[in-house]
Amino acid sequence: MGKVIVVTSGKGGVGKTTSSAALGAALAQGGDKVVVVDFDVGLRNLDLVMGAERRVVYDLVNVIQGEAKLTQALIRDKRVETLYLLPASQTRDKDNLTTEGVAAVIGALKANFDWVICDSPAGIERGATLAMRHADVAIVVTNPEVSSVRDSDRIIGLLDSKTLKAENGERMEKHLLLTRYDPLRAERGDMLKVDDVLEILSIPLLGIIPESMDVLRASNIGSPVTLADQGSAPAIAYFDAVRRLKGEQLPVTVPGEKRGFFGKFFGRKAA
Amino acid sequence: MLTQPRPIRLKGRSYLALTLTPELPFEDWLARLDDLASRSAGFFLRRPVVLDITGLDIDRAQLRTFVSQLGSRQVRIMGIEGASPSLLGSDLPPAMADGRPTSDFEPPAAAAEAATAEVAVAEPVMPDLPKAVPSIIVTQPVRSGQSLVFLEGDVTVVGSVASGAEIVAGGSIHVYGTLRGRAMAGTMGNAAARIFCRKLEAELIAIDGYYKTAEDMGPEFRGKPVQIWLDGETFKVEALA
Repeated sequence: MGKVIVVTSGKGGVGKTTSSAALGAALAQGGDKVVVVDFDVGLRNLDLVMGAERRVVYDLVNVIQGEAKLTQALIRDKRVETLYLLPASQTRDKDNLTTEGVAAVIGALKANFDWVICDSPAGIERGATLAMRHADVAIVVTNPEVSSVRDSDRIIGLLDSKTLKAENGERMEKHLLLTRYDPLRAERGDMLKVDDVLEILSIPLLGIIPESMDVLRASNIGSPVTLADQGSAPAIAYFDAVRRLKGEQLPVTVPGEKRGFFGKFFGRKAA
Repeated sequence: MLTQPRPIRLKGRSYLALTLTPELPFEDWLARLDDLASRSAGFFLRRPVVLDITGLDIDRAQLRTFVSQLGSRQVRIMGIEGASPSLLGSDLPPAMADGRPTSDFEPPAAAAEAATAEVAVAEPVMPDLPKAVPSIIVTQPVRSGQSLVFLEGDVTVVGSVASGAEIVAGGSIHVYGTLRGRAMAGTMGNAAARIFCRKLEAELIAIDGYYKTAEDMGPEFRGKPVQIWLDGETFKVEALA
């Protein structure tokens, strides 16, 4: 049985889709079988970021409504053969997602993949709540600024109340992925500090992804940053996040922070 | 012209009222009521009574007659629940809704009546024992958008209260963490309630209907461990060591 991860945030534009693709690609490169599911019905983007937009035939809504089989809708990545995409529909809206339909699709994917990554839409409505409903693990994507942090806090509240795990009285495993972290702005003090974000959200930190042109460039060529430029700072940060997700104890380094003498030798080893 | 208008304070307060649910035909039901009243004289005297007529098929004249019949038995109706708006007018008590059930009133000696019919004297009423003040403890952070309402007493949060979250307590509020959201203490009319927190970043605090927003609070206690209480109509804030 695979693990279901929801990548969520509440706020839009913080990097959910980019992170879903990057984490999915990083996991798949380790040999695990991964499917990334786009839940943003009506505003799909994951296909673009993963460079599969010209290969979409069927989508999640088709599968839920019985118009296509799951195997017909899954798109295998051309670069990593254990990476799959289940695209969202662009022409339908989120009302087409039924609770039972989503449960059936997630159940089938869980049986066939090691990781099922659900890319949640922004907001706290139907699409977002259905994306998180069946998750085993939640990755809360947050930017170091107040509105994003507050929205993430709201989402964490929903993760603890509106998911199957919560309803069964279990605890949802939650991780914080701090994205678009700009060392220069942090130095000037116009961004929330990492410690402040952690204090407010009080969930464990999975990683800090630096703001970088590499991410934008990768998106534009339709490739997750962990595939397009594996040596870039954001890619390294995503690879580290994946190792932590798999349970490895790896200290998180804040981008741009000066390392101590030993840090110069050992801080890099994670790459 | 009004300068510095003194705002009128609008406060909610809840009371325990007796609810009567009459059944048709009214004559039979009134007879049973008379029977009960004869065994416990003065039971309805001076008690606020709400009439629940949900599901009863009666017209306005019938209702008015019934209320006056109750009035002649010293049963004063303070409100009517479950009536369609057309049924009520200015000559009838106002409509009430959203009542919350509490424990049943025990009509004196009525419960034991069937078994011990010959016992005519009501048992002596137990003296009121001191009751423990209820409180709840929350060991998780209160997240944005969550609303924690506990009107019965104190709320203790071991963790932080996020911006956009709110705590409404009948008693005091204790936050062992940062208070960033709203804290409303003593909302059931308890001016002695206090708010305690380890770090004050609150958006709004209120005690017994008086409130203050973050903007009115001044910077000197921001981020500090404090207690807040009400002295007359003014807030007092004191740093905790």
